[in-house]
Amino acid sequence: MAKTDALQGSLDLLVLKILSRRPRLHGYTIMAAIANTSGEVLRAEEGSLYPALYRMEEAGWIRAEWIKNDTGRRARVYELTDAGKKQLGIEESRWQSVSLAINRVLREA
Amino acid sequence: MSLWSRISNAVRGERLNREIDEELQLHIDEAIASGRDPKEAYRAFGSTLRTREASHSIRAAGWLESVLADVRFGWRQLCRNKLTSAAAVLSLALGIGSCVGAFRLIDALLWRPLPISGSSNLYVLSRKMTGLYGRPVEDDHWATPEFKLMRDAVKDQAELIAISDADRTDITWATSGSTDDAIEKAHVVYVSGNMFPVFGLEPALGRLLIPADDRGPGTSPYAVLSWDYWNHRFGRDPHVLGRSLHVGDQNFEIIGVGPHDFTGTETGTVTDIFLPLSMNGMASEERADWHHIFLMLKPGANAATTLEPMRQHLTAVNRAFGSACSTCYRGETKDSVERFLNQTLVFNSAGAGISDLQKEYRRLLSVLGLMVALVLIIACVNVANMMTAQAAARAQEMALRISIGAGRRRLVQLILAQSALLALLASALGAFFAAWSAPFVLSLVNPPDNPARLALSADWRVLLFGFGLIILVVLVLGLLPALRVSAVRPVAALKGSEDPHSPRRLMHGAIALQVAFCCLVLFLSSLFVTSFERLQNRPLGFSTDRLLLLETVAGKGQLPVVWNQTAEALRAAPGVDSVAISGWPLLGRIKINSEISINGAPPSPTPAFFLNVSPGWLATMKIPVISGRDFSADDVSPGAAIVNETFARTFFPGQDPIGRTFERGANQPLNKIIGVTPDIPDHDLREPNRAVFYAPFNAIDDKSSPSAISFATFIIHTGGQNPLALANSLRQLIAQRNNGLRVSNITTQLDLVRDQTIRERMIATLAGFFAVVALLLAGIGLYAVLNYSVLQRRREIGIRMAIGSTRAGIVRLVTLDVFLMIALGGCAGVALGFGAARYVASLFYQVKATDADMIALPACAILLTALFATLPAVLRALRTDPTEILRAE
Repeated sequence: MAKTDALQGSLDLLVLKILSRRPRLHGYTIMAAIANTSGEVLRAEEGSLYPALYRMEEAGWIRAEWIKNDTGRRARVYELTDAGKKQLGIEESRWQSVSLAINRVLREA
Repeated sequence: MSLWSRISNAVRGERLNREIDEELQLHIDEAIASGRDPKEAYRAFGSTLRTREASHSIRAAGWLESVLADVRFGWRQLCRNKLTSAAAVLSLALGIGSCVGAFRLIDALLWRPLPISGSSNLYVLSRKMTGLYGRPVEDDHWATPEFKLMRDAVKDQAELIAISDADRTDITWATSGSTDDAIEKAHVVYVSGNMFPVFGLEPALGRLLIPADDRGPGTSPYAVLSWDYWNHRFGRDPHVLGRSLHVGDQNFEIIGVGPHDFTGTETGTVTDIFLPLSMNGMASEERADWHHIFLMLKPGANAATTLEPMRQHLTAVNRAFGSACSTCYRGETKDSVERFLNQTLVFNSAGAGISDLQKEYRRLLSVLGLMVALVLIIACVNVANMMTAQAAARAQEMALRISIGAGRRRLVQLILAQSALLALLASALGAFFAAWSAPFVLSLVNPPDNPARLALSADWRVLLFGFGLIILVVLVLGLLPALRVSAVRPVAALKGSEDPHSPRRLMHGAIALQVAFCCLVLFLSSLFVTSFERLQNRPLGFSTDRLLLLETVAGKGQLPVVWNQTAEALRAAPGVDSVAISGWPLLGRIKINSEISINGAPPSPTPAFFLNVSPGWLATMKIPVISGRDFSADDVSPGAAIVNETFARTFFPGQDPIGRTFERGANQPLNKIIGVTPDIPDHDLREPNRAVFYAPFNAIDDKSSPSAISFATFIIHTGGQNPLALANSLRQLIAQRNNGLRVSNITTQLDLVRDQTIRERMIATLAGFFAVVALLLAGIGLYAVLNYSVLQRRREIGIRMAIGSTRAGIVRLVTLDVFLMIALGGCAGVALGFGAARYVASLFYQVKATDADMIALPACAILLTALFATLPAVLRALRTDPTEILRAE
């Protein structure tokens, strides 16, 4: 439970960051990437991943496209837009300041 | 971008759901493929349905989806009740179409600004004074010398422009080779040279008149054509520049063509030719009030502060001009001159042009507008009632929707969607009706040879009005059912024991409203139709049968003998029974009055009107001679005179007028009365009879030598039923005589009489039409409500019958409320009618709103309609089978 709590509000950041490194991923790969790179510490709740993806798509941060994958099935892949790159910058600096603040609290208290 | 994708996703909602499902399924499949336990994978993903819902609402515009769903649902509802829906659409279309049609007419005639720069700064000058008979009159014609004085007095703050009425004038075009060109009629306007520049108009061809073209009489024989005339008379031929045309004995050279959309300042009449003001002979006379004066404020001037001082300044100028006019008040007493000079100047806004058509039809059009608005309201209430009945039948469905969580807003949206569908269908149909009706009504307005012409373009003003109307209709339609819906209490409705009276109460109120408006329309239209009938059946006192009128002109004039010889030649033509000559036709546009003095006394306060006629004119017109005799060939004017009964009564009360004499003004030659005729309407059918005298057509001057006559009308009684059949041959016969006489207009006496009643005929036709529509709509509405109410109360009726209620009791039960409402609505309608009738009383002829039969007529019509409309429902109620009802329970 603690894992998902930490993720609250930072799902967008993680998705944007992952897509900035590796474009054209579909939902499952994004989720798997979050889990893998965080050393299985962070896990996006699968039910909320797709609404978040659609929300970001409507906001214009990412764009989606249907492609045929290796197995011949249709898959919807996502990639970052210019607006998304800008948004990633904003989210990153917000995360920096928040984690800095939390660290400061931990040190002082 | 994103809004657009949400809207497009809303439209393809099903496909969107499939895509989301596919993506979610792929996710789970990949999870399983990567080695997870299928059950665990599904559990970790959670409810796919919920995810899909959440995803869907993000990607599609939810409100739009619900609207679309409501529209689809509404459409299915409309299709289910095809007959009712068709009736609703038709009645709404009629209402919307007539409203837009009426708006087009009213806007084009009264509201649309002239296509000139600064039309909101344009005013027209008129003066209010005490008229000849002591009544207040407003006169908006001025003399040119006075115009020039006024123009110079305010030239720093405003421009004054003189513009004459657009007179239908005889003109001829000079063509090489032929000397005797056919006369044409064209609307000619004399304008001061500053009109085109001040109005900011640019020529379409050549140049327009400038102030330098308006220097003095005879100096600038230039003419400018209107674009419209250039288009339909010359097919936009650029070589028209330099051609010359004749007006009377003057020649004018065409120097240019005006801008495309400018048709003059007289709304309803399209000006053909503009001529310089100073080229008109009347421009140098200080007694001739013959043109309008427009005032254009300088750009940036503040109307609120500059107009009033300017008005006072001009009033002083006007008074000084009047006082200085030595020739204006010959023979008047000092008091009456003083009374005449006591004039108040008025500035009327003239941004939409000014015309007699506006004055004549302003009230009429507002009545028309009121009627179409009422018909639209009746139609709306009607359709709303139908929808309420439908909605009430769906009360359980509505209650179910509310109890599973549909908000009231959503239900109102459902109803509004349905009414919007109705209104849109109706407005599409109504647009066709409006496109057809406005030109049709306009074509009823004027005689065929001089029709009123208005630019009836479907511009943004009309579109905006139509759009506003549709929104209004949707709201009105939705209002009643929406009120119902918000009153639904789900628990009660689902139990089936909702207060059974509440929907009916609302519908009954609507019935009263409908009946009131229907009554108002009926009342007004019965007044108009009766007016028209009385006017049309007014005894004329002369014959209109087989009378051809050739209005003829003779350049600078011809002696009476030439006219008489021409009449003789016409008499000899085949198919002609008799021929007479008069100065102008009866009930034509001309009336000229004359002062009457008896025995050298000062002129009497009442003037008399006169007409010069040839011997035999009375016989040709079938006007009897009461006493005395008709003119003979030897009688001349001044000398002999025949008077009508009003003349005799006014000037020789209680005496035998035969043999008595009168003068046209003090110290004029004597006229001796040789005969008396009955009163006939000579100029206007609506006006009471006036004193009229007839003088011989053979006129002589002071030295007893014959004087030339420049225009007169041949009245020809033809053998055939259609007098116009002879028109062309007789016109050629006159032209072939080469004696300077030329026919300028051909008509029949019957047409002149008919032209008199055009306004009444139009309003009576339209009012009758709308009365029938209103009655029909009210009938349908009554039927629908009563039918619904009987259906709703079947159980109650069955029980009452079972416990022994009489048939009369059942009928009373079913109809009492409705007839109470009809009575209530009827009274309200008549009360409204009295108010409205007072406002338009000037349009009635020998009809008063308080006449008993004027109220009886609409009342009977409504009662009869109500009886017919309620009959099916009453019969249905009586046929109710109590055992069947109770068994079903």
